Amino acid sequence: MSAATVAAALLTGLGVLAIGLWVGGYDPGLALAALWRGAFGSWYAFTSATLLRAVPLIVIGLGFAFALQAGALNIGAEGQFYAGAIAATWVGLHLAHWPAPLAIGAALLAATAGGAVWMVLPVWLKLRFGVIEVISTLLLNFVAESLVSLMVQGPMQEATGIFPQSDALPAAVRLPLIPGSRLHVGIVLAIGLSLLVWFIMSKTVWGFRLRAIGAGPRAAWVTGRINGRRVLAIALLVSGAFAGVAGGLEVTGVSYALYQHLSPGYGFTAIAVALLARLHPAGVVAAGILFGALEAGAGAMQRDAGIPSVAVYVVEAVVIVVIVLADAHLRRAPRQAAEPTPIPVGARAPA
Amino acid sequence: MTPILQLRGIHKHFGPVHALKGVDFSLSAGQLHALLGENGAGKSTLMHIAFGLVRPDRGEVFVDGAARVMRGPLDARRHGIGMVHQHFTSVPAFSVAENVALAAGWTLTGKALRRRVAALGERLGLALDPDAPAWSLPVALKQRLEIVKALATDVRVLLLDEPTAVLAPAEAVELLRVIQHFTERGGAAVLITHKLDEALDASDELTVLRRGRVTFVGPTQGQDVRTIAQHMIGGVLPSEDGPSKARPGEARVLAHGMDVARDGRAGTAVRGAAFDVRAGEIVGIAAIEGSGQRELLRAVAGLLPPLQGLLEVAQPVGFIPEDRTTEGLIPEFSLTENLVLGLDRRTAWIQGRLMPRIDWRVARRRVAHVIEDFAIDSPGVSAVAGTLSGGNQQKLVVARALERRPQVLVAENPTRGLDIRAAADVRSRLRAAADAGAAVLMHSSDLDEVLAVADRVLVLCEGVLTEAPRGADRGAVGELMLRVPAR
Repeated sequence: MSAATVAAALLTGLGVLAIGLWVGGYDPGLALAALWRGAFGSWYAFTSATLLRAVPLIVIGLGFAFALQAGALNIGAEGQFYAGAIAATWVGLHLAHWPAPLAIGAALLAATAGGAVWMVLPVWLKLRFGVIEVISTLLLNFVAESLVSLMVQGPMQEATGIFPQSDALPAAVRLPLIPGSRLHVGIVLAIGLSLLVWFIMSKTVWGFRLRAIGAGPRAAWVTGRINGRRVLAIALLVSGAFAGVAGGLEVTGVSYALYQHLSPGYGFTAIAVALLARLHPAGVVAAGILFGALEAGAGAMQRDAGIPSVAVYVVEAVVIVVIVLADAHLRRAPRQAAEPTPIPVGARAPA
Repeated sequence: MTPILQLRGIHKHFGPVHALKGVDFSLSAGQLHALLGENGAGKSTLMHIAFGLVRPDRGEVFVDGAARVMRGPLDARRHGIGMVHQHFTSVPAFSVAENVALAAGWTLTGKALRRRVAALGERLGLALDPDAPAWSLPVALKQRLEIVKALATDVRVLLLDEPTAVLAPAEAVELLRVIQHFTERGGAAVLITHKLDEALDASDELTVLRRGRVTFVGPTQGQDVRTIAQHMIGGVLPSEDGPSKARPGEARVLAHGMDVARDGRAGTAVRGAAFDVRAGEIVGIAAIEGSGQRELLRAVAGLLPPLQGLLEVAQPVGFIPEDRTTEGLIPEFSLTENLVLGLDRRTAWIQGRLMPRIDWRVARRRVAHVIEDFAIDSPGVSAVAGTLSGGNQQKLVVARALERRPQVLVAENPTRGLDIRAAADVRSRLRAAADAGAAVLMHSSDLDEVLAVADRVLVLCEGVLTEAPRGADRGAVGELMLRVPAR
């Protein structure tokens, strides 16, 4: 997929948004200007709004892509994100007296473990009973959200007991910020993780086997003698761990506390990010920044032009639809040539 | 006499491929017309055009002398044309009667439908249990259902795309008799086949296609296999070595009292198998589909552990699976990635122990060698395997199996779907592997291929293995394939 396709998709999305706003009686020029200002208008906007939102999208998107390379669909990143956030907050609240780097490391490690643990049940269900992970991971999202509610109104509620949120994290577990912005160093970790995923996928035997399981599970077993169950389990656990880390980064770098609705749907938007990037790690970084910008701009649009921020989902949706269509179109052309005797649907033999 | 079906000046492009280049074809009532040609010659496409599945770019279809535009199979059926496809087209979960109703467009149900299907089978001399679910039928009866479906409506022209490919010799003979019976009563049939003997025996008229052009049309009488093959490939058939004269060496595969479970289902596929395969020989397995050959080969290849009994196999084993595109290769992967698949342990391109890495440069260089050695026609080492022709894909699969210098080579239908030259190339690779000291165990659903390649022939019938006597001919082996031996 070319950069031109992405640009065309983005322009179409913004065009559809502008028409919708115009029909609805808003001033599209004002709105789009606000969108731009909110996302790229200044260094501060770019770092503290766009990149700040891009961090969880990139990290979760990398994890989603990792599992999908092995052929597994993790729709439960939202839940694993919360599991990671709970774990990081809980550990963080107990480590006030630890030196900062160690405390942060411990909190993020707990977040990693939390996300992975949240994936244990779906993995077990899949390997033991063949329950498809799409269902099990999706359903565990609701459990995780309820668990956060329970935590912040019960065992982890702030000492004053007024609001349904945890105590603020001590300074020792707060991530350092990039000077002159609200952006935390998690962005460096996100880029580092994308390099790591790229290295594993394209350079190591392990990553190669993972891709083989995803692209041709029968061939991977018959020809490659690859243990698909093990690879799949590890890929899903890693995917959960990524989402968990994202949750940990969010509480230690942005919110400094646990509360309900901490994520504005990062776990779902990240799926679009990974698919848009065609699962390529570098693409995930770029797509994460793009979607981060759209969400950052949405906030500014609401503030400056009085347009509900959900309007930006129109752009996200149109971008995805256009790219999926372009992709399907590109794939159709060569397939016809490769199959000189097409048999229509219905005439094909049962597998 | 006006031909019942005529195609004139047919052209068809698929993307950049010019599949048919001005083909004329003519079929008269009472005629059994064999349509021959290598893979990709355009046989199926031509018949799909006659049946309305494919629209020609240029050219016309005439039925009873009148030009007709076939917009789809329904149009073809309206003009009395029926087709039996290369692949089974029945709905597995439906009963025989429901499948016939679906194909014929009947809206009957229940008893009335069953009666009508039973009556139809009787009239055609092709009896089938109307209530049996299609999946439960053995291969020969599945094929029979396809023909009943095609003849369910008032059909005068029957197009058959390789109907005998999956049948045992006796079953194929019976099927051809049914078709001849149909033409004797005034019907007309087109028979696409790869088996030249069959075409020469059964047909009245021959048309040979090569690369989208007609290279021969004429009465079957007086033609022989050699000249027809020359029309098909545009040259002389490559000569092939017969069975080897060298004495086989030590046993590399040894089985005794071995039972193997059905692949993916309950039950026992192979019962009490006892055999050996020695270094330097090719042992062929003759069997009709579903007799346990798949499980037997996969047990030797190490993919299915035997349920009981003894099985000793010298390592390493090279395996050539039957289905290239789902088991032998990953079509979206490059040639290099496909070579590395299965060869990612202790090979030149693996570095490091704790987190082993793949040195793609070394692997690509190796693939470049393989491409040259095996004369694989490809755009390069980074080309995606799915873009290669079937023959070139199979060469890659064979090359990879040989890359490990296997002590034992197991091949499952290694020439399926390949054209004459590619098939001959694969067979000569098997022979070369045996001459180099490997023990080769192969199965082909084409009995003639088994007989041509193998030094010894084992016959599997319903999971029971017997060895064919040395020098047993086609008829004798074919009989063993259909008769369960007394135990």
